[in-house]
Amino acid sequence: MSPADTATTKQADNEVAPRAETEALISGSEAVAHAVRLADVDVITAYPIRPYDTVMQYVSKMIADGDFDCEYIVAESEHSQFEIVKHASAVGARVFCGSSGVGWFYAFEALAVTAGLRLPMVAMVGNRALDDPGAFGVEHNDALAVRDLGWMLAWVSTAQEALDTALIAYRVAEDPRVFLPCAISCDGAFLTHSQSIVKVPSQAMVDSFLPRYSRGDKQLHPDNPITIAPQVNEDWLMEIRRQSDMAARRARDVIIEAYQDFNARFGRGGEPFIERYMMEDAEVAVIGMGTLAMPVKVAVRKMRQHGRKVGFVRVRWFRPFPARELQNALAGVRAVGVIDRDFSFGSTFFSGVLANDLRSALYPLKNRPKILSFIAGLGGREVRTNNVIDVAGKVFDAASGADIDEQNTYWIGVRE
Amino acid sequence: MSTGSVEVVYRGIFQKTLAKNICRGIVFAARKEGRIGIAFGRYGDSPERNGIPAKQFAVVADTEEELEEYLSRYEPDNNDVTIVTDDTLCKGIESWAWYGLQPINKLLKEGGTLLVTSTRSTESLIGDIHRKEEPYNLATVKSSASFSGLWVYKDDHTDVRLLGALARVAPHIISLDSIVAAINEPKKNAAKEASARKAHDQIASTAIGPDNGNDAVPFKFELPGWKKMEECLVIRGVGARQQVPGWEGGHVPARNPTFKKFTTRTMRPVINFDTCTKCTICWLQCPDTCFDITPDGYYDANMEACCGCGICEAVCPVDKCITMVNEEAFRDHRSQWEMWHKDKQAYAAWLSEKTADQPARSHGFHHPGQYAEEIANEPR
Repeated sequence: MSPADTATTKQADNEVAPRAETEALISGSEAVAHAVRLADVDVITAYPIRPYDTVMQYVSKMIADGDFDCEYIVAESEHSQFEIVKHASAVGARVFCGSSGVGWFYAFEALAVTAGLRLPMVAMVGNRALDDPGAFGVEHNDALAVRDLGWMLAWVSTAQEALDTALIAYRVAEDPRVFLPCAISCDGAFLTHSQSIVKVPSQAMVDSFLPRYSRGDKQLHPDNPITIAPQVNEDWLMEIRRQSDMAARRARDVIIEAYQDFNARFGRGGEPFIERYMMEDAEVAVIGMGTLAMPVKVAVRKMRQHGRKVGFVRVRWFRPFPARELQNALAGVRAVGVIDRDFSFGSTFFSGVLANDLRSALYPLKNRPKILSFIAGLGGREVRTNNVIDVAGKVFDAASGADIDEQNTYWIGVRE
Repeated sequence: MSTGSVEVVYRGIFQKTLAKNICRGIVFAARKEGRIGIAFGRYGDSPERNGIPAKQFAVVADTEEELEEYLSRYEPDNNDVTIVTDDTLCKGIESWAWYGLQPINKLLKEGGTLLVTSTRSTESLIGDIHRKEEPYNLATVKSSASFSGLWVYKDDHTDVRLLGALARVAPHIISLDSIVAAINEPKKNAAKEASARKAHDQIASTAIGPDNGNDAVPFKFELPGWKKMEECLVIRGVGARQQVPGWEGGHVPARNPTFKKFTTRTMRPVINFDTCTKCTICWLQCPDTCFDITPDGYYDANMEACCGCGICEAVCPVDKCITMVNEEAFRDHRSQWEMWHKDKQAYAAWLSEKTADQPARSHGFHHPGQYAEEIANEPR
């Protein structure tokens, strides 16, 4: 069964599951806070940096209002913030943490060891441009920096998806087949600070979807005398890395299972890994992550009104990278335009991170589409519908054989 | 019904909750009609400094597709209504990381309505508002700049009065019935409902044509491209001082040429040079180095640099030598010392006119309880 089929095949179960959801006008950050409450997280650590910090404001308000109970610790830096929940996770606590921009980077040592120790922390990254220069707007380079360490990375495009994905993230990360941390990326401002109507599920619905976290005999506890985080050398390390590699591979199936079950119980959730938009008959495709989806979808609809068969594929999970799904979605198109809200200075063709990974994923295809790389929306600059129409226009030109350099990267919306 | 957007311009941080409540009220009311909406702040304004012009938006639509176009915007630029919760903002909006002075009606669509809370007359407001090519409407809800929703400040119904007025000036966005339904949830609130209905019934609009308004050209500057911008994030110093004709022997410090503070302030210091003792305290304590040293050794507050904080008034040891006066009393940014230097008698008359009959302040007060006194006298 392909992942695309899951929503429909599970439809029959939907009548059985009790649905009790309330509507709330909340931001992406507040939606994640609700997921944290519903997941009954045990230990949360906070340290302020915009724009992620709004989630901690909402969590602390829930605690103050008596709606939620947990250990809520304000750390003295991001490094301590992530270290505290890392240890809490090792003793069997469900944990939540988060940061933005260079705050996330200040925790980098803790981020590396959390994945290395196979601790299923769930974190929210409110995507923010890296300093310097100091800027608050969205860029994806903060979360992307952990892409090679064993962290699973999801990008969401609406507040509803933020809530749903946070619940899914706990289920996947804490699955004993995986035991890897997961970061959910929410575009700064566009998601963290925008309020929309969100369906907040009942506790019973969430409880039926999300089992309690159990580390089993890997739990640090006086009754279970174990030690973790040993010093090793060349005689041990490679085998340990290979284990993490297998965990990241297994995560794929666990994610697919989680989406199947989520779709059945909640009647939404969509396809795991990617969202396909108007791709059925698309001749060219635009690829992107996060709230970029909004102007792209508007542009796709506008271009289709003029008979231009363009589609959009939104990458929802960047790690594990959905190579198979993207091959499947893009095998039939003639050209692809990747819009990165990030950069990878000095990389292959000076492209963005997503473009580079996508090129690798599509290389084995027999009939590879042409791939053009675009950089746009850095530091939170608006990506307008017209910007996307320009991008798609160039991709159409490449598809029809125009002389467009594929080994170049095009910057959109930058002042010359 | 159709897609519509409302811009709310307010003074951060004091009116942030008020602005939020207005935008949330719009979306809640839309939900009563089975429609959808979003509410968001213009993110670049935050962290909101004392009195900084800031914005929130509400967008309502019939379908997800219509709404999508707005979901990744910082600043929708074709709004049906612009709500202004502090009438000193009619002079325009400047903010950190913006681009000069944005006229208050700039993002209003043709035929849209500028809805201002003010106790001033339409004519007086129009004198502040920059001219706009496309015709639009101006309407006022009688109120001074409200602190409603800020910490312990009383809920004075400004949010629901504006929502009631909104339903009248832009019924295609939201109906009065929906506003009333939203007000009465989760708990019935007859007083708030009455306020909304009253504002709805009383609001009157005036059509404004391209020849009405302030004809000054709004201050603006060019943002450089990447080829022109200096590399390595270097920002060159602007030098120590400016050479200003007539100021030889004095000292006018060099300042950021692109960030003026014309609209950051809601009040400005007015100085009585006849009683000034040249003690230097205002000059030393001003956090924005806004005081120029005059050739004869006085201290003149420069209106390109003053953010209206009132510290100079607080620290001045001479009684009534520095008085903070509401911005609505001024239409220019002239040097007060030059006025005084030129004609001391005329300046004395100007000074007593400005300080004698002071209109209410939008924030920042002389004494505890002043805000309560001012709103107690307001028409309702």
